[in-house]
Amino acid sequence: MARVLMKGNEAIGEAAIRAGCLHFFGYPITPQSEVPEYLAKRLPELGGQYVQAESEVAASNMIYGSAGVGIRVLTTSSSPGISLMAEGISYIAACELPVVIVNIMRSGPGLGGILPAQSDYLQATKGMAHGDFHLIVLAPSSVQEAVDMVILAFELAEKYRNPTMVIGDGMIGQMMEPVEFPDQEIGPPLDPGDWALTGCKGREKRIVNSLYLDPEECNQQNIRLEKKWEKITKAEQRWEEYKCDKPYDLLICAFGMVSRICKTAIDSLSEEGYRIGLFRPMTVNPFPYDACAKLVKKSKRVLDVEMNMGQMIQDVRLAAEGSKPIEFFGKAGGVVPSPDEVIDEIRKVMKKAGIKKPKKKTSPKKKIGTAAKKKTSKKTAKKSAAKSSGSPKRSKIRRKR
Amino acid sequence: MYKTFAYTQGLTPKPTHYCPGCTHGTIHRMVGEVIEELGVRERTVGIAPVGCSVLAYEYFNCDMFEASHGRAPAIATGAKRSRPNLIVFTYQGDGDLASIGMGEIIHAANRGEKITVVFVNNAIYGMTGGQMAPTTMPNQRTTTCPAGRDVAEVGYPVRMAEQIADLRTPAFVARVSSHNPKEIIRAKAVLKKAFQYQIENTCFSFVEVLSTCPTNWGLSPLEASNWLEREMIPYYPLGIKKTPEAESGQQEHNSEGV
Amino acid sequence: MAETEVLMAGFGGQGMLLSGKLLAYAAMKKGMEVSWLPSYGPEMRGGTANVTVCIAEKAVASPYITFPRALLVMNQPSLEKFAPKVKPGGLIVVNRSLVPIDADRPDCTVIYIPANEVAKEAGTARAANLVMLGVYVGWSDVVDEETTIKMIEKQFASKAKFIPANVAAFKKGYEEGVKARGDAK
Ligand SMILES: Cc1ncc(C[n+]2csc(CCOP(=O)(O)OP(=O)(O)O)c2C)c(N)n1
Ligand code: SF4
Repeated sequence: MARVLMKGNEAIGEAAIRAGCLHFFGYPITPQSEVPEYLAKRLPELGGQYVQAESEVAASNMIYGSAGVGIRVLTTSSSPGISLMAEGISYIAACELPVVIVNIMRSGPGLGGILPAQSDYLQATKGMAHGDFHLIVLAPSSVQEAVDMVILAFELAEKYRNPTMVIGDGMIGQMMEPVEFPDQEIGPPLDPGDWALTGCKGREKRIVNSLYLDPEECNQQNIRLEKKWEKITKAEQRWEEYKCDKPYDLLICAFGMVSRICKTAIDSLSEEGYRIGLFRPMTVNPFPYDACAKLVKKSKRVLDVEMNMGQMIQDVRLAAEGSKPIEFFGKAGGVVPSPDEVIDEIRKVMKKAGIKKPKKKTSPKKKIGTAAKKKTSKKTAKKSAAKSSGSPKRSKIRRKR
Repeated sequence: MYKTFAYTQGLTPKPTHYCPGCTHGTIHRMVGEVIEELGVRERTVGIAPVGCSVLAYEYFNCDMFEASHGRAPAIATGAKRSRPNLIVFTYQGDGDLASIGMGEIIHAANRGEKITVVFVNNAIYGMTGGQMAPTTMPNQRTTTCPAGRDVAEVGYPVRMAEQIADLRTPAFVARVSSHNPKEIIRAKAVLKKAFQYQIENTCFSFVEVLSTCPTNWGLSPLEASNWLEREMIPYYPLGIKKTPEAESGQQEHNSEGV
Repeated sequence: MAETEVLMAGFGGQGMLLSGKLLAYAAMKKGMEVSWLPSYGPEMRGGTANVTVCIAEKAVASPYITFPRALLVMNQPSLEKFAPKVKPGGLIVVNRSLVPIDADRPDCTVIYIPANEVAKEAGTARAANLVMLGVYVGWSDVVDEETTIKMIEKQFASKAKFIPANVAAFKKGYEEGVKARGDAK
């Protein structure tokens, strides 16, 4: 299909349709309102359902109901709204229902502001709501990747029957970039399997439930969920390595849009001869700890850059296991760190760490280009994810085998 | 020479951010004047909602909270029950009060909290860019009902004043409008009454004020005022819906105008 | 051209977001990578409306730019705010109809154009944003005239009667841009 120029939020709506999702329940909130607005137009034409819930609490329970009867369903919101969805999401995780939730993050805490931030990393990856459960969380860095990841999110949600979240900052929702959608107009409907409540005609009745009064039963339920998570952790880690094929002195860790700002900074400094690599988790949950650890090991120093006060850095530290000092640079509140600020920060960190540029200037770009080609022939990191326009051909998209 | 129009003590001199022709500013002014005239400014605590009037805490010249979306009546409950001498009011839009905050408002009213609620009904979500509200008129187009509100799909606009008047708990409930000078004078008298009931510790008081949103209605301020009169008032009849003196809201439903 | 960034700034309703979109469309048509990042937020209500368009042969790295290569401004506050940020050797296009002050950047090419009057001459006072876009397209070699005009025609396809005046406004700007470029060389 030809590439079209599209706003991130609208592209997310269209991606859901391509994935075969014709049911949406949500509540307006900036900076994601174009998703519901787009779907309010499109879904009725396609015979689907668009419902504006009275609140995000209700929306999260509407998707619980929809997924419970075996329908592919989406909700989208932004930070304060996601907090209200915590209730429904915990129940959905407990009942092992496949739903996709998109969080176009703004700044917090409280009402915060409506400008881009990565303020909900910890909420998404660690403490979304009460109880022991995990969301699969994907973090796109371009509009194309947002499309690919929404489609992937439905696949993962259904494969593991686990709620899956896509987190992007306000920029991803508001900006336009060229995107390509899969050829299929509308994906096939969800298979209701042996769990969905479709009416018990001709079969045993089914129950969608998360109440286990017997402690041992509840313990078993927790164990089951944890086993599932181990499986997901083994099979579904995805990340990108940028300029890591050559020796590098400094490793930058960043996710989402910030990684692109860092790439501009890295490119500019590599022209001066500095050796800097980038690690970008694409699944921020499960976090690619091993991959991160390996890259950290090869560096002299690590700089973690985020649009918050330091959230993913906790995972980077876990991966590094104290082996390296991890520096942090972040802006919050809707202030986007500029490439130049990142460059300044990198210089500061390198000075502090005593990192100098190597004598002879190398031409890293070319070599990495070839290396990247090699990798594409390897097992594809889900073709869809590798296509990402935000990650140039020079970088490596990887998936844990 | 005499001053014809001065700032009210009830408002700060800060210029508001509302669009041209939006009646939020007028409603602020009425509430501000009432607070000043009743001499309660220094013991009043207001609660701003999430909506276009989110910055109301900058404009009302008294102590102010900023609430999360829809929860203002719960915050008001906490404040009033903790310091009963305070005069506590909420200022809320229709998305805030009648959608996400429906639970909080009904229960605050039903408990008979001695607070005053100023409910600004402009039939749309203003701040987020014109999505459908629970009060959006049948067939009215918004960004989330681009073909017009289909009552078969999403039901009829909620008449909040009537809903609250229907509760058995004694209350003062009225609907007024802000679209022309005549109605503004009436509206202010009703708002004053609502605050008086609180000052006398009588009952919960609720004033729904019909308001315009020229920006998201896609109309000029004058057209918006006409649209309100033509489309909204027949569906949202003005008048006092209930007084605490009446035993129950039932018989008061179609009471006379102010 | 490897990559470039254009910041277009004005008040809401002046059409700079649209100009940016047309440039992005045209560049995309030429097979380039683009990003279109608007300012968004409460400031949109009657306030400033800016957009940054990045164009690159490969992928656009950061779509968020502090130092653009070109700046098109429709109001004075934007000129004051952004002129100092333009990269040395870059371009600044100022709508003289609305901005009485000069850009203090001797190291940049600065083009002053009474875009509102030019647009009025072309047949529609509302197309000042396209005059500005025209100047940029004429001055730079990022996209060509023909492709951009096609994009304008496409944009106004449902309001066909507006096409001629809008295209004419763009062309007038374009000529100015070409002239300025010739002067510079
Ligand atoms: C939990 C939560 N959900 C959604 C929002 C986004 N939001 C901000 S204002 C608003 C609606 C405001 O509409 P209304 O109450 O009618 O007031 P108006 O702007 O029309 O005055 C919404 C949905 C939010 N801030 N918080
Ligand atoms: S958007 Fe509507 S409600 Fe909000 S300030 Fe403007 S006119 Fe008033």
